Amino acid sequence: MLQYFLKRLLSLGLSLVAASIVIFLALEVVPGDPAAYMLGINAQEDTLNALREQLGLNGTILQRYLSWAGGLLVGDFGTSYTYRIPVAELIGERLWVSLPLALYALTLSTMIAFPAGIWAASRRGSYVDTGVMGVTQLGVAIPNFWFAMLMVLVFAINLRWFSAGGFPGWDEGVLAGLKALTLPAVALALPQASILTRVMRSSLLDTLGEDFIRSARAKGLTRGQAMWRHALRNALIPVLTIMGLQFSFLLAGAIIIENVFYLPGLGRLVFQAISSRDLIVVESVVMLLVFAVILVNFSVDLAYALVDPRLRGRR
Amino acid sequence: MGRAMRLNKFGSGLISVLALAASIGMAEAKSDIIVAMQLEPPHLDPTGAAAGAIDSVLYSNVFEGLTRFGPDGSVNPGLAESWTISDDGKTYTFKLHEGVTFHDGSDMTAEDVKFSLDRARADDSANAQKALFAGIENVEVVDPQTVAVTLKEANSSFLFNLAWGDAVIVAPETVADIKTNPVGTGAFKFSDWVQGDRIDLERNPDYWGTPAKLDNVTFKFISDPTAAFAAVMAEDVNAFVGFPAPENLPQFEADPRFQVLVGSTEGETILAMNNKLPPLDNVKVREAIAHAIDRQAIIDGAMFGYGTPIGTHFAPHNPDYVDLTGSSQYDPELSKKLLAEAGFPDGFETTLKLPPPSYARRGGEIIASQLRAIGIETEITNLEWAQWLEQVFRGKDYGLTIVSHTEPMDIGIYARPDYYFQYGTPEFQKLFAAITSENDPEKRSALLKEAQEMIAADYVNAYLFQLAFPTVADARIKGLWKNQPTQATDLTAVSWEE
Repeated sequence: MLQYFLKRLLSLGLSLVAASIVIFLALEVVPGDPAAYMLGINAQEDTLNALREQLGLNGTILQRYLSWAGGLLVGDFGTSYTYRIPVAELIGERLWVSLPLALYALTLSTMIAFPAGIWAASRRGSYVDTGVMGVTQLGVAIPNFWFAMLMVLVFAINLRWFSAGGFPGWDEGVLAGLKALTLPAVALALPQASILTRVMRSSLLDTLGEDFIRSARAKGLTRGQAMWRHALRNALIPVLTIMGLQFSFLLAGAIIIENVFYLPGLGRLVFQAISSRDLIVVESVVMLLVFAVILVNFSVDLAYALVDPRLRGRR
Repeated sequence: MGRAMRLNKFGSGLISVLALAASIGMAEAKSDIIVAMQLEPPHLDPTGAAAGAIDSVLYSNVFEGLTRFGPDGSVNPGLAESWTISDDGKTYTFKLHEGVTFHDGSDMTAEDVKFSLDRARADDSANAQKALFAGIENVEVVDPQTVAVTLKEANSSFLFNLAWGDAVIVAPETVADIKTNPVGTGAFKFSDWVQGDRIDLERNPDYWGTPAKLDNVTFKFISDPTAAFAAVMAEDVNAFVGFPAPENLPQFEADPRFQVLVGSTEGETILAMNNKLPPLDNVKVREAIAHAIDRQAIIDGAMFGYGTPIGTHFAPHNPDYVDLTGSSQYDPELSKKLLAEAGFPDGFETTLKLPPPSYARRGGEIIASQLRAIGIETEITNLEWAQWLEQVFRGKDYGLTIVSHTEPMDIGIYARPDYYFQYGTPEFQKLFAAITSENDPEKRSALLKEAQEMIAADYVNAYLFQLAFPTVADARIKGLWKNQPTQATDLTAVSWEE
């Protein structure tokens, strides 16, 4: 077991080093000079050089990579070229918006998808099933930013129940924060819930066709009892996998929704940083996300090994 | 801790309810404002970046210079209450206002002025407009309230240059943290910045001049045009300066809740041409392009009717402006004839590289079709700003591009042969040197007119229109700037109607 653990740890370390090199080089080849972007069209050559010196852009590629990667090792993400504050601080602030938003959206989508999926599966072929399938088809097809704008029109401009966007900060109270995140979370949750409902339904239907369900029914359980006691738990495995994928998407992929609601989230930070060539922010955020994914995979690998003894000896 | 905070919050909530109850008794006078704009400043040092958003938040509100721009673009006294100019035009002696303090309580003296000007022109300066200070020979502190600036040569634009946001006065003690905690002398103090969301200012009770009428100012940053529309409609913001969706302006105009101000800017929007790249190095070809363009169609199609046609690189609201649109009137037949004379009867192909703003992207499509009508095929490439700066501006790897030059009084760029459109003829350089050294207003005005005529006659670029500056605000707000003589949102005179 220890050997397996060490092997996985080594592979984790190597993945991180490889990822950092790829990220750094990819951004190296992006055209555009951060100093020129900041100083604009009247900048003189000596001024540009002075700024590049300040930003540490004048070293060789290797020097700059080592100083960035070395900083990461001790938890120093560097200082943003544009904002001139530590990147870790920037990311920290943005996570306080992005993480709750992702959790909120995931909660909503789960609360919709589980009952809807179970309901549709238990009434397979009925009007309910057809209705749920139709609505979710629509939910998958509607672009979430369009739905978001529609909600702003109705709930912010006409009814005035919510503000049209922005985030007051958690200092204003949990309720104010949640209220500001409600429309964005609903917009994000709609397509996710639709996908999840469909996965839930089909997974449940697959499981209901398995032999052990037939055995359970043969023992005298009703269809409902067999579903709740035996099928549901087994059907959850693919659903949980999808939910995991959705969560990482929600965390980093909410750029458009963050723009529609002008929320100061992680996605918009990266978006702005790319256009202003604040490369150190882009590098560090992408690296952080890569680290999160690799860490999750690492934990999953370990969990597999705990569950399945056959894996421990291999690889 | 958590409970204490919540109690605190409850307490302050109670107080604000009581305050509200009390204020209902009195005449209701709002004293806070939320102003939205599209772009967030990258940092808060107006002397260390070109980003106009920095000045849009801080100019005149937090930071002040020796001189300042008025709403009409005139140059007025700022921290300097008066000045004298030596007879040779080289030495400016500024008398500073008495009793000016920085927001940290320290006095603003001649030493601070010397520090600020020396810092801007130092070897390691990161000032985006360092050229404004290049003519300074020496800055001398005469006494705490008097400072003398000696120039290498007489410069009639010097007082104008000192009014730029890049020339504001900063203190040596606080300059290290200026990018996140700006300390100036203005009527508002910086209070908080939530990156990506908002910047808060509060009234400076110790202001040396006329105090601001507002107590608190919040700047919000909303880049998406649809979100901007929603935020104003939902009254989440009280004013939106530089409103990004001109197509929605008629709707706001029809709504009694709002006022719409459409002002002028210093932004000459031009179809820039690479004057060294064949066949654009041929003046006949450039003239043909100029005549192929229907300005009104671009203003209507790309800007929804907002914008003033221009025929040269000069702001129409400037008293020295000459209307030269007649020398490049829309005449596609003439264009074809000129192309044939230049040796291109069947036209030619060139590139059209477009930066992100909508004037460029939408205008580019219209210009491409207008050029196609006279036989010029353009290959359109959309670029980000960073790419545009690298390829077009620095690399000069382009045929045509569309850009708005928002710097005030920037006709001097035509004197620079290395500037991206690569004009800078010796004749124009000579003329511009004469303008710079001319201190007599009337003679200077005549020379400025001559300069406008010279670049129009050489068809250096095709001059499209002066960018308009729309502001949508709550109808009860008074004192907002309509025009943009420099990028600024001067709120020192803004108040709510009672």
